[in-house]
Amino acid sequence: VCIHRVRSCSSIRFIKSKYVCVFDKSALKFSQQQRLFRTSAVSCGQIVQFKLSDIGEGITEVTVKEWYIKEGDSVSQFDSICEVQSDKASVTITSRYDGIIRKLHYNLDEIAYVGKPLVDIEIDASKGVAPEEDVVETPPMSHEEHTHQEIKGHKTLATPAVRRLAMENNIKLSEVVGTGKDNRILKEDILNYLAKQTGAILPPSPKAEIIPPLPKSETMPAAPKDKARKIPVPVSRPIVFSGKDKTEPITGFHKAMVKTMSAALKIPHFGYCDEIDLTQLVQLREELKPLAQTRGVKLSFMPFFIKAASLGLLQYPILNASLDESCQNVTYKASHNIGVAMDTEQGLIVPNVKNVQVCSVFEIASELNRLQSLGSAGQLGTNDLSGGTFTLSNIGTIGGTYAKPVILPPEVAIGALGKIQVLPRFNGKGEVFKAQIMNVSWSADHRIIDGATMARFSNLWKSYLENPASMLLDLK
Amino acid sequence: MVLQSSLKSCLQLSCILRTPKAGFRSTASGGLIIQSVSDDVYQNLAVEDWIHDHMNLENRQVLFLWRNSPAVVIGRHQNPWQECNLRLLRQKNIKLARRRSGGGTVYHDLGNINLTFFTTRKKYERMENLKLVVKALKALRPQLDVHVTDRYDILLDRQYKISGTAAKLGRTTAYHHCTLLCNADKLVLSSVLKSPYEGLKSNATPSVPASVKNLFEEDPSLTCEMLLDAIAEEYATQHQIDHHVTLINPADETLLPGINNKTKELQTWEWVYGKTPKFSLSTCFNMVYKDSVLDVKVDMDVKHGRIEVCNIDLPEQWLPPALCSELVKSLTGSKFCPRETTTLVTTLLRVCPQDNELYSKWNLLCENMIMLM
Repeated sequence: VCIHRVRSCSSIRFIKSKYVCVFDKSALKFSQQQRLFRTSAVSCGQIVQFKLSDIGEGITEVTVKEWYIKEGDSVSQFDSICEVQSDKASVTITSRYDGIIRKLHYNLDEIAYVGKPLVDIEIDASKGVAPEEDVVETPPMSHEEHTHQEIKGHKTLATPAVRRLAMENNIKLSEVVGTGKDNRILKEDILNYLAKQTGAILPPSPKAEIIPPLPKSETMPAAPKDKARKIPVPVSRPIVFSGKDKTEPITGFHKAMVKTMSAALKIPHFGYCDEIDLTQLVQLREELKPLAQTRGVKLSFMPFFIKAASLGLLQYPILNASLDESCQNVTYKASHNIGVAMDTEQGLIVPNVKNVQVCSVFEIASELNRLQSLGSAGQLGTNDLSGGTFTLSNIGTIGGTYAKPVILPPEVAIGALGKIQVLPRFNGKGEVFKAQIMNVSWSADHRIIDGATMARFSNLWKSYLENPASMLLDLK
Repeated sequence: MVLQSSLKSCLQLSCILRTPKAGFRSTASGGLIIQSVSDDVYQNLAVEDWIHDHMNLENRQVLFLWRNSPAVVIGRHQNPWQECNLRLLRQKNIKLARRRSGGGTVYHDLGNINLTFFTTRKKYERMENLKLVVKALKALRPQLDVHVTDRYDILLDRQYKISGTAAKLGRTTAYHHCTLLCNADKLVLSSVLKSPYEGLKSNATPSVPASVKNLFEEDPSLTCEMLLDAIAEEYATQHQIDHHVTLINPADETLLPGINNKTKELQTWEWVYGKTPKFSLSTCFNMVYKDSVLDVKVDMDVKHGRIEVCNIDLPEQWLPPALCSELVKSLTGSKFCPRETTTLVTTLLRVCPQDNELYSKWNLLCENMIMLM
């Protein structure tokens, strides 16, 4: 076996060497091919060193402050490459070429020198370089490019971006009338040429609105020229949608919300909804509004809703409780810290009014004003945003009737208030009258709250609001 | 790009067509003086952007005159936490803006005037502009001792800075703008431009503090209007144009198409705070809890205004370690911003074990963390 092995080894070795030879040859071929490939690659991808152009005022060095591109990115002529700073002047350096960035010569905060290479760009040499005249360049460069153009015999002036557009649409630049400086062919000239060909009006780009309208003959589509009876056939254009999906990581506040809401949905919710006739309350509020105004407070409906809720919680304290994580203990909270959901730029925040059980409606209104102005200024403190025991969400200010609110842990109940609508209802005499109706949707933790409790609490809350005078009896 | 150059020439044309009363003489096209009717810093900065991006300045230079209601304006590559008292700004409702030009931080209010000189890249020349301003001041009040330093400041009485300069250079156009203190609130100026934040390390451009003085203090008969007028007069003379100031409204979308988007962009958090160069924060603070004083050490790396790395060193077991790491995990990736952090920490509190002591400890720690921002 050993011998066999050795033999086979040697044979392998032999084969190997043969193989190696062969491989070498093919490797040679391959490298030759590679070389060939590289040669052809050189003709279509020339690396140009883009040098930092003169800044003016005799400045020779600048600090690189921000890169707008990275190695491997493709750039078009006039795209911003980086931002450099020198002595209180911030300069945007733009690319002179179309191509792919192959090397950044400086890191952030490094000093870059005028006249020295800033980035290496791989450009398509066959397309040529036609710089705009107003680009600031050091004299030797412009001379080279000028010669290059003459050699190529290109007389038509057009930027590489325009040339690309023409090429993509199989248009000969020589057939297009240039309306730019020195008969330069502009993007609109290509678009107009295309419009004439396809007989359709191409959608103007937003900036194009500024351009004075073209003579009618060029903008009229071909169709109306046909006989009036013939229905113009819409030219089918491939629908091009250049929007891209955008993925962003979830951070900060949203990450916290994900956590909270996931925890919230572990709570078995049940819902209970009802309709409240606020006709009397609307009237009461109208009467009290000016009085509150004289005291410098804006009076909305919320202070009434909040106070009524607190009165209800006095009768049904289980709704102002908290269940511990292991579901072993229920803590009945002494303070009624009623949260009010607020919609801000960032999203949902819930500041709460502390100790509603000892506050008057006016005091609640005043506190709400304070929280609302802090909320819109983004200056709510941690104290205002924590310690809530029960929440009301007035989604009706935005819209909606019934909702299915999600309980905010560690609370056990929440109410969502729909919008107030004027609806026809029957009164005691069987007559139809105009009623101010609002819907409320409660959600509660079914582990410790049952439907009957929720219903009774809701009825009590409803009775206080439908007949505000009854609140007087129970106010503390 | 190509569209831009045609846009520029068309804009010149449409300007002439649209505002015949403005006195744009097709013959004398050496310069144009415009003044903003708005005192909103973002709108006015947007006008600068708009002119820089859309106006053809080949044959015409522009002088833009503007004033702002109280605002702090930081340079393009600066760090607002290093430059000003953000807490105070929020309290006093003073706006914070980041301009696109370089340089240091300034305080604007209606007692300060701003001048922007727009030219082509080739004709960018700051010294000339500042000399023009000095000439105008001297023409107005010959006894004023004002001169331009080689740092492009204008000094009064050889020691007080009355003007700071900054510039922006683009592909084809450039602008140089400067402030001029007439009657600004120096007390507010000095209090807002003093940063209380410690332990910040960055490569952001630092401001060079200087003693300032109002021209009003030197000569109480001077007003902003007089200064604006004198400078416009001098500019008109030097550019051989009529001393005519065209008023523009920075909210006018028909005159300045796209301006409202520019204004909005300047107000985004991503621009104002997110453009702050990468910095690190390394600090410690004391917390008093019940009868003990605790030392807390905080280290953070902030990039694009967001917390990249966060480390909080607390006395062992003061807070349950799981909670601590939850805090650190949530802060990572979130904005270095008190508003965001407040909502974040209070939301997190909802999923913590319900314990009053834990509560107050958490709030204490978080309040202190928020103070750092």
